[in-house]
Amino acid sequence: MSDVVEKTLSALPGLFDSQTGAAKITNRLKQLIKSITELTSKHEEENLMKQELCAMKEQVSSPNTSMRQMREVMVRAMYCEMLGYDASFTYIHAIKLAQQGGVLEKRVGYLAVSLFLSEGHELLLLLVNTVLKDLQSTNLIEACMALTVVAQVFPKDMIPAVLPLVEDKLSHPKEIIRRKAVLALYKFYLFAPNQVQHIHAKFRKALCDKDPGVMTASLHIYLQLIRESPDAYKDLTSSFVAILKQVVGGKLPMDFHYHNVPAPWLQIQLLRILSLLGREDQSTSELMYEVLDESLRRAEMNHNITYAILYECVKAVYTIHPKADLLEKAARCIGNFVLSPKINLKYLGLKALTYVVQHDAKLALQHQMTIIECLDHSDFTIKRETLELLFRITNAQNVTVIVEKMLDFLRGCSDEHTIIHLVGKVAELAEKFAPDNSWFIQTMSDVFSIGGDLLQQDVPNNFLRLLAEGSESKEEDDELRLYAVDSYLTVLKEDASQLPQHFLQVMSWVLGEYSHLQECVDQREVIRLLTKLLDQRSVSSETRVWILSALTKISEGQTDLILDLAESLSSSQDTVLRQQALELRHLSQDSQLHGWVLPRGAPWDSMEVDSSLSFLDGFVSEALAAGAAPYKPPHQRQEELSEERALNLEPYSFSLPVSFSSCSMTDRQSPTLLSVSSGLSGNSTELSQKESSSTLILEGVKRVWGKDGYLPQKETAATAPPVDEPSVAVHPSGQQEAAERKEPQPEPSTQNLDKQQLASSLFVGLGAQSSISLLGKSEAPPPRFRKKPRPHESSSSSGTSERSSDSSSRSSHSTTDSFLYGSLLEEEPATSISTPKSTTANGLGQSKHTEGDRRANTSQILGSDMVIVRPNTIQDKHPPSASSDLIALLPPELKDLPHSDVVSLTSDPSLSLASCRMFRDEALLLVIFICNSTETVIKDVAVQLTCEELETASLRGNVVDCLEGKSTSVCHYALLMDEPHTSVSFSGTVSYQTQPGHTNTLPFSGTLSTADFIRPLVVTTEEYGKLWLSLSHDVKQNLKLLTDAGGDPLRTTLDALKDALQLHVVDIIGSEGIVACRLLSGAPCLLHCRVNGAALAMWLRSPHPALPDCILYHCQRALAEH
Amino acid sequence: MIKFLLMVNKQGQTRLSKYYEQVELGKRAALEADVVRGCLARRKEECSFVEYKDYKLVYRQYAALFIVVGISENENELSIYELVHNFVEVLDKYFSRVSELDVSFTSKNTYYVLLTKLV
Repeated sequence: MSDVVEKTLSALPGLFDSQTGAAKITNRLKQLIKSITELTSKHEEENLMKQELCAMKEQVSSPNTSMRQMREVMVRAMYCEMLGYDASFTYIHAIKLAQQGGVLEKRVGYLAVSLFLSEGHELLLLLVNTVLKDLQSTNLIEACMALTVVAQVFPKDMIPAVLPLVEDKLSHPKEIIRRKAVLALYKFYLFAPNQVQHIHAKFRKALCDKDPGVMTASLHIYLQLIRESPDAYKDLTSSFVAILKQVVGGKLPMDFHYHNVPAPWLQIQLLRILSLLGREDQSTSELMYEVLDESLRRAEMNHNITYAILYECVKAVYTIHPKADLLEKAARCIGNFVLSPKINLKYLGLKALTYVVQHDAKLALQHQMTIIECLDHSDFTIKRETLELLFRITNAQNVTVIVEKMLDFLRGCSDEHTIIHLVGKVAELAEKFAPDNSWFIQTMSDVFSIGGDLLQQDVPNNFLRLLAEGSESKEEDDELRLYAVDSYLTVLKEDASQLPQHFLQVMSWVLGEYSHLQECVDQREVIRLLTKLLDQRSVSSETRVWILSALTKISEGQTDLILDLAESLSSSQDTVLRQQALELRHLSQDSQLHGWVLPRGAPWDSMEVDSSLSFLDGFVSEALAAGAAPYKPPHQRQEELSEERALNLEPYSFSLPVSFSSCSMTDRQSPTLLSVSSGLSGNSTELSQKESSSTLILEGVKRVWGKDGYLPQKETAATAPPVDEPSVAVHPSGQQEAAERKEPQPEPSTQNLDKQQLASSLFVGLGAQSSISLLGKSEAPPPRFRKKPRPHESSSSSGTSERSSDSSSRSSHSTTDSFLYGSLLEEEPATSISTPKSTTANGLGQSKHTEGDRRANTSQILGSDMVIVRPNTIQDKHPPSASSDLIALLPPELKDLPHSDVVSLTSDPSLSLASCRMFRDEALLLVIFICNSTETVIKDVAVQLTCEELETASLRGNVVDCLEGKSTSVCHYALLMDEPHTSVSFSGTVSYQTQPGHTNTLPFSGTLSTADFIRPLVVTTEEYGKLWLSLSHDVKQNLKLLTDAGGDPLRTTLDALKDALQLHVVDIIGSEGIVACRLLSGAPCLLHCRVNGAALAMWLRSPHPALPDCILYHCQRALAEH
Repeated sequence: MIKFLLMVNKQGQTRLSKYYEQVELGKRAALEADVVRGCLARRKEECSFVEYKDYKLVYRQYAALFIVVGISENENELSIYELVHNFVEVLDKYFSRVSELDVSFTSKNTYYVLLTKLV
């Protein structure tokens, strides 16, 4: 028996009913359970429960029922609810019991409440007072119960009421109370993070609590906080490491041991936190190497729980910045897992492997035989997990085998959820890696027929879009379409009655759209087949509509067949079908109209939709003239309603010349209009107000859209050099090369030959290919890099290729690796050793660097997209020494912009990267300095920057053909933020060639805060007032008021905020201040501040729902740091 | 994240259920029946983890009683597996040799133990 058990028991207040009392009270319950257990049918059970519920209803409504009896009723009600019978009539009594009863009754009452009521239940409000009373109680058990129930269910709006009391409990002398208080705060944080923002300091105190239980509880909060913003808690890394060290070292009391393992769940929690902190951060990761090593070493005991810890440890090792010997140990651990005879461990090993192959696909190679075995395992879960693993290592070479395995599995699988999930993956793989048309169409047909009607709608949609949009070459597209037409005709000629509806829909669309491409097939035949489908009973009416549309498309010239059909359908019960039939008849008789409505083979993107509905303008103005009320968007109406209800929501009306009545309803500006108003045809009813507010909002923003659409900016497009990205030159490593590659360790000859063959086809191309394509994360098809023809290529020796693999193991591996495996079988063992080595060397050697000279690029904003800009060709020859000098060498047009300090991003022996943020009115410029630290010329330097939260679609790399020794090149990116995030991280790679033919890549990453994207919004008080009324999303919060400076606290605080966040202080009147800012050229955010005692009541409004929260967060941080 | 914890016997009767995420009363019975069927169908030599909809189920059998925990995809299955055992050890100590009847007849007390262990 473990010591944790003792601990839990001692934590249970010894208040359970005495044995005899319990027996008496639970007597009726016992009877109930017994009789239910004896029943044989569901029907009898229902009858019995009905009786029971009636009896209980009577009992609770009778005034004579004592508290004690009520307690017993509650327990029975819990049992009934557990069996799924509604006992909602007892809810209110549960609350009463908690309110009025003695300690025993209270306990049952609270328990019943936490089981019965879910978040948001209206009865919960009645509980608030009881909880408040109990929280203030001196009775330890009452306080304990109240805290427990608060952590289980509590109405969100009432959190402020109990928050101070719960906070007080954080310094309670009893550790169990402190622990429960921390857990209650964790719960609050989960559903109302803003409310507990001010007590972050207290969380830190809880983390340092002398009782390990309280500290453990606080880790829940930290895990959540760190998951959201790892950067803010880097300083705690050493504390977490120290805690883990103590735990692993057995410094905790024996109470916390579970089967002689010290606090295993605590260790797991800590490992999770560390892996979040160390992700993509070398210096933080370095702090934890030692303790991770220790954990890996300590957890050697042969018990499940140590394996659970090991698993978490392995995940952490592979998440943080890589360290060679740790990786090696972790890999060995995974090996032990996968090879274990215990099935649970095997499962965990596969799961770990699935995670790890995202970072290092080669690891899968070591275990290929085990993976093959698991693929044929009798256990469904194991098979499923193996397929997941295979999905992650799929590439263009092994896709056929893997997809076949998945389809095999699917054919024998009956679980709906699995089918939906896996079929989606097959479709994804097929689209990404399809080797040829016939395979692709065949696989998709399988997907449709297996997936059936469970399929997510987006699978057929994506497939059809792929067919319709096509790629660059028309011949290829047509070939694919032709193949699809052919194979579908074959399918339809056979019995089609069993086919799923989605498949029929896809087929009829394809036939309707493309059957004209196939000249040797008679259109009449196609029409006949489709008509036959229409007659089938199993075809749903939605599919009929698809089929009829297809028929409409191909009906041209076949009037006789069509007319019959149209005739028979025009009396259909289904009105949609009937309408279509009539259209069909009409169109088939008028071929000119047919050609106009359904042009054959028209380009796909020529469809134009007038989303502003300007063609309705005439109608609208007529209606207005006739006295109709102007249209108001829903949120505006909502707001007006709430305004009418609330009396005193106008915080600064006295300071505004605009009287309340004058900003009446029609005077309001809808926020959406602001963005439209720059010239697109907007809502014609509100034209008069547009002018004033649009100038207000769009100040400093380039007008890129005119009446005629986009205003082209000549310089940008013209000067952009052809982007030639030599970064990751993908060698089409042939089947043969790759086949040799996949067997680094010669398998014993006893192994089944079949399995070996399967292995070779499954693991083809792993490691030799750019690992980017192996990342399960990258949704989009892998970027197609064009390989530059290089004359030196054939002369490269394997010696130089080692250099090229000198890239981080996480970044894309240079594919020149394949030279290593290219030709000689005998060299295989050597190869498998040399690769990890080179990865190691680079993992360690990334911190040496200096810098050199630069080349500048100028940027230009294209529309509202984030775009990069042309690299220009000035090259400075002065090697700057300090980073501040880098700024001095910026192009003249950027020099005057406000900018941040230069931060070093990353470096390797040849290149070092630094970045600097420059604040432009309409965008954030991210300037990247690329310094060549060597004496030699580096060629073909290409920067690729990605950032998920920002608009990344249009980001492109800057390319420098040749960077001379000790020189620096500057490239910059204009970043725009559309959706506010409190902070965003960007990452990217620089690829370059030190020697011709050998591309090295250097990854880098960093973070940007919303504050970088905020610009002051200069408005007058009057404009502010108008704008305020038009904004719909608001957030209120009390902030700290800075009082230390001696001056006016409001002004001091606002100035501090202004400095930190680039706000514009519009006006300060007495104890109120109004401040405005905007998110780059986008959404404005208005802040209204009022001094409220010692706090600053802040009220933010914006058209964007998330923006106020973000800005509030940064204000809080700015004030906290001040 | 733990989504729910069930104690069910081999006949499929629920002995205890605790949901940490809101599930409608009407849907609980169906979910429990599904879960039990999924776990009962598995043989001894198969692993103790089953995929069920968006959850992973971790189950452990004690005589005729199954304890099933529904967790999110990113949870560490083995640690939950051991947590279940830990919970049972506590029950065992508390009831001094716990049996299925103890759990059901004094479900109130079992809930208390559960609450103390897992908030």
